[in-house]
Amino acid sequence: MTDQPHTVFDRATVRRHRDRAARTFARYEFLTAEVADRLADRLDDVRRAFPCALDLGARDGTLARTLQGRGGIETLVESELSGAMANAARRRDRAEGAVAGLHRPRVIADEEVLPFADKTFDLVLSNVSLHWANDLPGALLQINHALKPDGLFLATLFGGATLYELRTCLMQAEEEIEGGAGPRVSPFAQNQDGAELLQRAGFALPVTDIDTLSVTYPDALKLMDDLRGMGESNAVRERRKAWTRRETLVHAAQLYEEQFGNADGTVPATFEVIYLTAWRPDASQPLPLRPGEAHNSLAEALGTDEVPTGIKARPG
Amino acid sequence: MSDQTPDTDGPHADSAVDPKLLEILVCPLTKGPLDYDAKAQELISRQAKLAYPIRDGIPIMLPDEARRIDE
Repeated sequence: MTDQPHTVFDRATVRRHRDRAARTFARYEFLTAEVADRLADRLDDVRRAFPCALDLGARDGTLARTLQGRGGIETLVESELSGAMANAARRRDRAEGAVAGLHRPRVIADEEVLPFADKTFDLVLSNVSLHWANDLPGALLQINHALKPDGLFLATLFGGATLYELRTCLMQAEEEIEGGAGPRVSPFAQNQDGAELLQRAGFALPVTDIDTLSVTYPDALKLMDDLRGMGESNAVRERRKAWTRRETLVHAAQLYEEQFGNADGTVPATFEVIYLTAWRPDASQPLPLRPGEAHNSLAEALGTDEVPTGIKARPG
Repeated sequence: MSDQTPDTDGPHADSAVDPKLLEILVCPLTKGPLDYDAKAQELISRQAKLAYPIRDGIPIMLPDEARRIDE
């Protein structure tokens, strides 16, 4: 499975990065938690209860803690690729107390091969995790199947503009110091792909939109440290196998400050968050009328005269 | 680099698999049914000939980590 030639990400590496981040994740979760909060706000906008939900890529339970009873969720199945993260979630429950009124069974699974029966969930949530999927269309298709008819899929993932500053500077530093560059920051999905992907995966009423967050760091080295802490380091298969030299990282940090730095010496980092919203099709959902089925005249609604087709309203 | 301390929580860990999971889990490869072997703590996919381990009550539904069953 992992040896297919077209795979972009090394899932074992994604997993290892999360394993490594598990113990201290709580210290680095602010961005994940911030996006989770925005995701939860969107759920608030939907006036419906979702008793049985799935959190895909749950890490140590950030989303469950953020939800705090929103969405009428009774059971939230937490699916996570990293066993160390799932154990961290359990430890965190013990240390901070479990989320009241929420049943959270845990399972280790890969977004690319989901282990859930057809028509299981009222809601599937995924917070900044699906950008690591090699086969996003395949993952979406499986998510669609795991939903009950009229079930909701609501997800965030990092988009193409994410960390463009870091990408530029690492590339430049690597060329200057090591005489060649390989991808150091993972590629991300573009927003315009979203709705089409959702539609192709069989979803109804797909909507995608974007938020851009700018996070300020003392310097670029601290940013890179944070990415490791979040378990979001590069996992591109074609990345150069050698460790990036310290010298290169330091030079990249210098370039970063020169090119993007704020007046006070801090540096901004851009995170583009793509939101995906879609439903599993159901007969109860609104559908567009077929041509000729309309009962109300558009001209009437607009308070104007109807002009037959083929005649220009204003010639010339 | 790697986390040296064991990540399991010892004997006090909640070690029983959640009954809700037994209802909803299928084989990730075949999407076919699973048999729960409580003694071996495994979820068995006969179609895929794989046994998925359950560790500390958490099913590991990764084909790479599953045990091959030879019949």
